[in-house]
Amino acid sequence: MNQLQPLVSLDGISKAFGGVQALKGVHFEIYPGEVHALLGENGAGKSTLIKIITGVHQPDQGEILLDGKPVRLADPRQARSSAIAAIYQEPNLFPDLDIAENIFVGRQPKQGKRVDWQEMYREASKLVHSLGLNLDVKTKARSLSVAQQQMVEIARALSLNARVLIMDEPTSSLTLSEVAELFTIVRHLRETGTAIVFISHRLDEIFQIADRVTTLRDGIYVDTRMVADVTREDLVQMMVGRTLSSLFPKHDVHAGDTVLEVEHLAGEGIFNDISFELKAGEILGIYGLIGAGRTEIARALFGIEPATGGRIKINGREVSIKSPQDAMDLGVGFVPEDRQMHGLILQMPIAQNITLPILQHFVSGFWLDRNKESSTAHDLVRRLRVKTAGVWQLARELSGGNQQKVVLSKWLGTNPRILILDEPTRGIDVGSKSEVHQLLSQLASEGIAIIMISSELPEILGMSDRILVIREGGLGGEFAQAEATQEKLMHAVTTIRPA
Amino acid sequence: MVIGKERTATSLGLMSILVRFREVGILFFTVLLIIVVSILSPVFLTAHNFRDILLNISILVIVGLAQMMVIITRGIDLSVGSMIGLVAMMVAFTVVAFPGMNPLFALLLGIALGAALGSLNGAIIAWGKVPPIIATLGTLSIYRGLVFLYSRGDWINSFEMPMGFRQLSKGTPLVIPNLILFAAAVAILVFLFLRYTQTGRDIYAVGSNPQAATVAGIRVDQVIFIVYVISGILCGMAGVLWASRFESAQTNTALGFELQTVAGPVVGGVNIFGGSGTVIGVVLGSFLLGTINNALTIVKISPFWQLAVQGLLILLAVIVDSAILRRLQTATKQGNR
Repeated sequence: MNQLQPLVSLDGISKAFGGVQALKGVHFEIYPGEVHALLGENGAGKSTLIKIITGVHQPDQGEILLDGKPVRLADPRQARSSAIAAIYQEPNLFPDLDIAENIFVGRQPKQGKRVDWQEMYREASKLVHSLGLNLDVKTKARSLSVAQQQMVEIARALSLNARVLIMDEPTSSLTLSEVAELFTIVRHLRETGTAIVFISHRLDEIFQIADRVTTLRDGIYVDTRMVADVTREDLVQMMVGRTLSSLFPKHDVHAGDTVLEVEHLAGEGIFNDISFELKAGEILGIYGLIGAGRTEIARALFGIEPATGGRIKINGREVSIKSPQDAMDLGVGFVPEDRQMHGLILQMPIAQNITLPILQHFVSGFWLDRNKESSTAHDLVRRLRVKTAGVWQLARELSGGNQQKVVLSKWLGTNPRILILDEPTRGIDVGSKSEVHQLLSQLASEGIAIIMISSELPEILGMSDRILVIREGGLGGEFAQAEATQEKLMHAVTTIRPA
Repeated sequence: MVIGKERTATSLGLMSILVRFREVGILFFTVLLIIVVSILSPVFLTAHNFRDILLNISILVIVGLAQMMVIITRGIDLSVGSMIGLVAMMVAFTVVAFPGMNPLFALLLGIALGAALGSLNGAIIAWGKVPPIIATLGTLSIYRGLVFLYSRGDWINSFEMPMGFRQLSKGTPLVIPNLILFAAAVAILVFLFLRYTQTGRDIYAVGSNPQAATVAGIRVDQVIFIVYVISGILCGMAGVLWASRFESAQTNTALGFELQTVAGPVVGGVNIFGGSGTVIGVVLGSFLLGTINNALTIVKISPFWQLAVQGLLILLAVIVDSAILRRLQTATKQGNR
């Protein structure tokens, strides 16, 4: 294989977004007829790398070679005409068009100016059958399963004569038998000389299907190895192999009374049988891959999408949380994962964002006391050291780190006894990150019970008193801080549950 | 005083204050139009003419403000014209039947009727989860149908109406005609409501980012219900004033008025996709529409041309407005670098 020239080769690729370095000097080669797995934690830079190969992003530095010749992939269209195609976790079809129309959308076979429907259906049939699928090409995409939709995407890629096929977590919403079907097709494509980039968090799948594996960690290229030469342990080591930085402020555990008990919590089709306890002054880390159901558990506890089963007890009393208002009345605060989407109202000033959940405190008679509101916001902004021109500056004008501090201010303003944070430091600079960590430690020492969801291992290990692992909607293990290691947690999240 | 403090606290310079004052472009265009028409015709720039313009836009301002609040929540109320027509008809019949009735009581009756109609809209949209454009398109027909059912095709004429009721809008006990004062009072109340009440704040929050509003514990459905009730209340008021001002109530009263009530706010910088909009913008937008209508008549544009020229000027105003806004925004961006 190595005697051949690589189809695509990336050399010294670097890319930064704002102040965040997403990729640094990454090296990646894809040969025809190989399945090349790309491995790394959430946020390791896999998606950015894929977006560079497919022309969505342009690298700040480095070179892309196609058939040995340097190219610039300025946009996705150019990547496509260079025979690079990608399919994603969630298929991207037009639900109201049929299979054939989806395959040939934008480039239907023509006879003169008219679409040649007969030809289109004939060609589509041929493609679909060459993939070993037994589907009528006049079926609407809407009525296909996720797996079938992915097959249609593959057929579309093939009809574009794709020589490089990138599959970004294609198996995450498939059943085991669907995965097996998909792999049959992948092997078939490999035999015909297609180069396949395969991304999955399930190590077992990598051993099943991949020839080589490249690992990224924190945006840095780690190594490329033949799959036959490595063990599970090697891969885990490559993914996490860093020493914990001393960035994380240690704090003494002086756990108080149990404030929250969750028993067999379930959310329709997303998570199941989740049970845990939380004590005052404790930081409970919840670790799991993106899509494992972590966010949904948090949203259920806060009443945004109430749980469909199980019990929640606060201070020993069973409670019913049907809306965020219920949760807030019980002293629960929630810092959501996506601060721009759920955390902030970007076109409102900082002050109005902060006081939104507690606006009733500023109503005297019928009218709002805007001076009192302003001074409360001002106090919180100062306490959290938000860098701003003033509390009437618009939230959208702040940097990510400062926006996150505004979200934290907002929930601290509600005086929560239980604070749930979903990815509290995602996408913010190192300085703000450590400030957020210090704040969490301080809040815990004041007796607030904290649940911190994160996909960053160092953060989870550095901050948590106890760690809960969520895997595919279920509990994948619970670890005390002393016994948890990066390797143990990584194992816990990447093992497939027996079907 | 509070306002001044807030503005200086940001201390971001004149440019960004202008950018925040979203209405600057429309103000510019209005002034330009006034200058041009003043040169073309001497009767334009007179107190009497301006009184006419204000009288003509008063009802538009009242209902435009209602429409603005609905639009801020990402909705639209197409039933405003029908609500006005129905309330005008019912109240006109009532005052004709009880000529001794206090006109203010007639106004209260109209407001109560409007509130009931608005509640139905609000319930269908907030709890029935019907998209606002479809729900109010439905009630547009239903309420207009009720006008026919209620009146059986009959109408109320000027001479049938009691003097006191006519004076409700036309009287000038405070020099300025009552109708203009009603509109001014509504504008001030809506301004205070949006700025200094919790519900007012919630309206902007829900329209800017419904998900974040939910997470912050705001009962989004309730806020949406309330804006349609307010819309009904203001339409009820407008219906009574309409009957009083035009001294009639007919089956086609305020037919098609909903389009103007959307145009006024949109010209005044209210974002049609929700989240932002100001009272001053709606007043300016309505004033511009009124001025254009007035000017076209005064400079004797042929009636055949008037509608087309009116549309052209509205488009021009919006284009000039967005061009000015863009320039200001790039100017401040460069200033920050």
